[in-house]
Amino acid sequence: MGAFSDLLLIAAEEAEHAEIHAGDGGWWADTAGIMLILPFVAYLLIIFFGKRLKYQGGEFAVGALAINLLWATVLFVMNMTGGVLDQTTFEIARIGSDLVFELGWVVDGLSIMMYFLVNFVGLLVFIYALGYMEGDVRVANFFASFSIFAGAMLVLVGAPNLIQLIVGWEGVGLASYLLIGHYWEDMDNVKAGNKAFMTNKVADVGLILGAILLGLAIGDFDFGHLSEAAVAGNVELNAVALTGGFLLFFGAMGKSAQFPLHIWLPDAMAGPTPVSALMHAATMVTAGIYLMARVFPLFQNMAQDARPWMIAIGAITLFAIGLLALVANDIKKVLAYSTVSQLGYMMTAVAAGGYTAGLFHLFTHAFFKALLFLGAGSVIHAVHSNDMKDMGGLRKYMPTTYWTFIVGSLALAGIFPLAGFWSKDEILATLGHEGYTTVMWIAIAGAFVTAFYMTRAVALTFFGEYKGHGKPHESGKLMARPLIGLAIPSIFVGVLNIPGVDWPGIGNFTEWLGVRVVAMGDYHPESVDFGLAAVGLAAALLGIVVGWMIWGADRKTQEERDSFAVPVLYPLLRQKYYIDHAALGIVGATTGPLARFVDWTNTYIIDGIVNGVGALTRGLGTFVYGILDQRGVDGIFNGLSAVADSAGSGLRKLQTGRIQQYAASFVAGAIVLAVVFVLVS
Amino acid sequence: MLVNQFLILAAALFSLGVYGLLVRRNIVLILLSVELMLNAVNINLVAFESMIRSADATGQIFTIFIITVAAAEVGIGLAIVLMIFRNRRSADVSDLNLMRW
Amino acid sequence: MEWFDTWGLTLIVFLPLAGALLLGLLPRDNEDALKGTALVVTLAAFGLSLLMITQYDFGGGSYNTYQFEVNETWIGAINSNYHIGVDGISLPLLVLSTFVMVLSVIYSWNHWEEPYNPKGFLILMLILATGMNGTFVALDLVLFFIFFEVVLLPMYFMIGIWGDRTPRKIPGFSREIETRLYASIKFFLFTLFGSAFMLLGFLALYFRSGEFGDRTFDIIQLTELGGMGAFTGTFAFLVFGAMFLGFAVKVPMWPLHTWLPDAHTAAPTVGSVLLAAILLKLGSYAFIRISIPILPEEAASWAPAIAILAVIGIIYGSLACLAQTDMKRLIAFSSVGHMGFVMLGIATMTDIGINAAIIGMVAHGLITGLLFFLAGSMSHRYHTREMARLGGNMKLMPIMGGILAFTAMASLGLPGLAGFWGEFMALVGSYNPLDGLPLGVFRTSMVLGAIGTVLTAGYMLYMLQKVNLGEPKEEWLDKEFHDVDRFEMTAWVPLIILIVIIGFYPRIVFESTTDTVVSLVDTVFGSEITASLNSGG
Repeated sequence: MGAFSDLLLIAAEEAEHAEIHAGDGGWWADTAGIMLILPFVAYLLIIFFGKRLKYQGGEFAVGALAINLLWATVLFVMNMTGGVLDQTTFEIARIGSDLVFELGWVVDGLSIMMYFLVNFVGLLVFIYALGYMEGDVRVANFFASFSIFAGAMLVLVGAPNLIQLIVGWEGVGLASYLLIGHYWEDMDNVKAGNKAFMTNKVADVGLILGAILLGLAIGDFDFGHLSEAAVAGNVELNAVALTGGFLLFFGAMGKSAQFPLHIWLPDAMAGPTPVSALMHAATMVTAGIYLMARVFPLFQNMAQDARPWMIAIGAITLFAIGLLALVANDIKKVLAYSTVSQLGYMMTAVAAGGYTAGLFHLFTHAFFKALLFLGAGSVIHAVHSNDMKDMGGLRKYMPTTYWTFIVGSLALAGIFPLAGFWSKDEILATLGHEGYTTVMWIAIAGAFVTAFYMTRAVALTFFGEYKGHGKPHESGKLMARPLIGLAIPSIFVGVLNIPGVDWPGIGNFTEWLGVRVVAMGDYHPESVDFGLAAVGLAAALLGIVVGWMIWGADRKTQEERDSFAVPVLYPLLRQKYYIDHAALGIVGATTGPLARFVDWTNTYIIDGIVNGVGALTRGLGTFVYGILDQRGVDGIFNGLSAVADSAGSGLRKLQTGRIQQYAASFVAGAIVLAVVFVLVS
Repeated sequence: MLVNQFLILAAALFSLGVYGLLVRRNIVLILLSVELMLNAVNINLVAFESMIRSADATGQIFTIFIITVAAAEVGIGLAIVLMIFRNRRSADVSDLNLMRW
Repeated sequence: MEWFDTWGLTLIVFLPLAGALLLGLLPRDNEDALKGTALVVTLAAFGLSLLMITQYDFGGGSYNTYQFEVNETWIGAINSNYHIGVDGISLPLLVLSTFVMVLSVIYSWNHWEEPYNPKGFLILMLILATGMNGTFVALDLVLFFIFFEVVLLPMYFMIGIWGDRTPRKIPGFSREIETRLYASIKFFLFTLFGSAFMLLGFLALYFRSGEFGDRTFDIIQLTELGGMGAFTGTFAFLVFGAMFLGFAVKVPMWPLHTWLPDAHTAAPTVGSVLLAAILLKLGSYAFIRISIPILPEEAASWAPAIAILAVIGIIYGSLACLAQTDMKRLIAFSSVGHMGFVMLGIATMTDIGINAAIIGMVAHGLITGLLFFLAGSMSHRYHTREMARLGGNMKLMPIMGGILAFTAMASLGLPGLAGFWGEFMALVGSYNPLDGLPLGVFRTSMVLGAIGTVLTAGYMLYMLQKVNLGEPKEEWLDKEFHDVDRFEMTAWVPLIILIVIIGFYPRIVFESTTDTVVSLVDTVFGSEITASLNSGG
């Protein structure tokens, strides 16, 4: 039966990089698979025993992730200090000699980072959810599905091969479907879940076909072998590398919500807020980026031709979709569009060759975007509405939420010295260095937009007078503490990867991520480019300043506050900051309509095509069934049997049931035969 | 050896049987007519056998065979008639149209 | 265990038949005794098949060698023998068959359709079991044919007597007809039509084999002859075509599938389950056991056509599903799509593809069987299968809803559950089909098949949305619903567990099949055939 095979991968050496020093992680790496299993154990426990407990089984989910976090942290620290490179696999099927399927877990820089991220952010979000979901209709179901998610996500990031990645990939998709449709009594939520699942399923076609192409070219599905073959210039792999690369990228576009497959993500906000925080912001949607990073050597060494397309998609996503956040009134949708935009940054970076830059942004983004979502959830919990029209002035009522939300917003906007500043700057530097200057400027403009809409969200939510009903209050400790727990890393994790800075004893993020089977050969800046950093920072600050000018002031209603699209008539016209006003006019006249146009396109054209294809398929189904099948194919067979039927009804009149008539014809027949015999002889 | 007398007897008997089969209404009588026809055949068989005198007496053996079969047939036939009579209170074949499609 | 080597297989096949005879002797009123006997008999057959797994030598899996073989003269005049045996291909299907039979008996404990009569129903089930088990182990064409046809009658009566009585207007007929009558006749005629041609094919092989020695119906000998290239040219083409008709109806392949939705919709629950779980596999199994090894060259030249039909079936079945309003009919049409993947796997003529087909059959048996159990139980409670009237099932019967959601996910091929492997590996296989087969056709098939998985997801979500989610309709609000009872649970939980286990550890199926399939492909499609294919086209 199942033979466990331990495989220590030998670190390869590449000319431009130093040798990768790594240990095998010892006992902790050998048992790291427990992280992939514990959430599923928690799932079973919740299903069978959850309802009897105080938090309806949330305890099990939190417990599983807490134990997981122990492993993740130990591995993370080991990787910081010495590097860990290990892979444990377990054969689940073998077809002849040419095809082997394995499950297992890989422990290297990339997966350790993800283990840590998923378990750390996950644990905080789970704890938060204990408070947030209290009194919900189906707490046990919620935690069960959430545990499936955590397990599937860990299966995904721990995958040593494409097959296990697909298992995890669709597993998180399933969890996403279940949780978006958590309130399934409302058909809108069900449809949002269906939309998410279907969009992802379309993209999965790319992933599955890509996996087949690449896997058959190198003889198995192992990521390590794929990387080695890409670096070694395997001829068979080279032949399919571009097609396979595109197909994998198409899969990543779905999960990571890249234009034009991003449409599911805003709708996915129908799920409970902790779900949005953990899945649709921090971890699950980054799976596409993770995949691109996992197969990075393929794009680096063979499928370079795919890169301009990937960068173009990423650039459109980061800018055009980011603009949409300006017109959203649902605070979660603002954050959702923002997530899409940030995923665009990551995709652009990874596609441009910035392995570290993209992943570092993934790492920092997870903390501050989860923080923002949890903050938004805290607000929603307090005012019982998602709509920013019902908010305002909450900083007085909810100080913890307010301060942590500010931290998250500043980090997202990329303000020095918070996490987002460092990671975004590294992306800009990478784009500049690799020669994608236009895209770099788009990214800088994107930084402006990011700051701009976050200012709007903060102003409309926390400043001015409260516009909603009732008296909002700060959330309880279970919800407030995770906010603080995420705010701290949102401030500090950026310093882990200051270009050119090696922290004594642990090095930096770039080195940790570089612990892979083959050296990544990516570009990462060796020193801070102060000029570029200043530009990026300036764009973000400008966004905040302009945003604050538009939305800072309070009005009687939020609609009035939020009516910046009518540009020229603001009192600021007569103010001495004439230049400010000009900027305002340009911004108001361009970004507003542009954002609305993009929103319109999003709603009417892209969504329209999706719905149209759905309706068309449905119609085609009706046609195939109704006309072709029922009247055509089936008609032929029914026609045949109708002929037999009518022939039968004619003939059966002969059958009278009178025995003596039968006997008479029998005798008559006998006589005729006798006569014939006599005559013939 | 003359067989004509036997054949004529058998033919007469057979024709009587056919007549009875076709015109009688009572099932029991129809069954009896069938028996008549079978016995006519038996007479023929014995007559021809006595003329040919085959080594293994095929004619007689077949006669015995037919008698056995006839007995079984009457057994089953009468059982059916009895059941029909019990269910229908009649043994008239013209009442029986169960076998119509 | 010497007795087991000689008697084990015969016992597995004929125990159910003996059970049926025993049931015939029991009084019709003593239901517990009837059910108990049926359960004991099916359990015994299942137990024996498990014992067979432990006794089976997994190392000795070269093609055309069978284990637990019995070869006794049967009809000497035509040189037809009672020849049975199992190899790696038939073993999982045999176990599946005995396994599903046990679950069906357990399920039917308290689920009887009108006109009740458990005695008759159980007897038919047991006869069916003998037919199905026998088909999977028969190594003689006459024996195979008989078992293949034995299956037909019980199923015909199940549908015709216990089936759905709603009158239905059939296009082309003047009168309205009860669904069960229409469906049972359609099922019977369709299958019989196919088997008539199949029998012709068998006879042709028998007579032609006389040219190379004694005439024979023996599959092993015919395989050897076929491997030496005995059957070629127009003769082989016609024989393959005749057998193709017979098997394709049973699979069913597009466009011979139209009996299936009707039969499934009309059949009683257990009938649908057995039909989906095992009967459909007889056809695809016969392709692997008979058509390919005996007529390899023809199989290779028919392969592109089979692949095209399979893909049409996948797309067509999925589209038809989207148009359904009847839940059971939707599940029935989904079988057309899933069996399309099985046939696509077979059409690749590679070890990967054929392995995919076998695990696809096993998975489809478990998953679709479970789906039909669920559909049956739900229509027991709602007395309707119209999806427009259902909805909010999760609220009325949460456990049932949960199991339905799980099974739907398994059916759409979610990785990590059993359904994934068949679909995925069929696609893998069709990327690299047997050398010499047209790559364009197969790679297009691969892409279309992959698109088919999206459609599959579409209709499964559509069904879940209609049946499970949303608020329950007014008409159900004041009714009391009993969630899954213990008999249903006992019948379903093993299926659920197996679906998960095969999903994560498909080796429990492949361990048995892979060696046999690899050696089948190696011996049958040796270098000669590939060479002739290459030169020919």
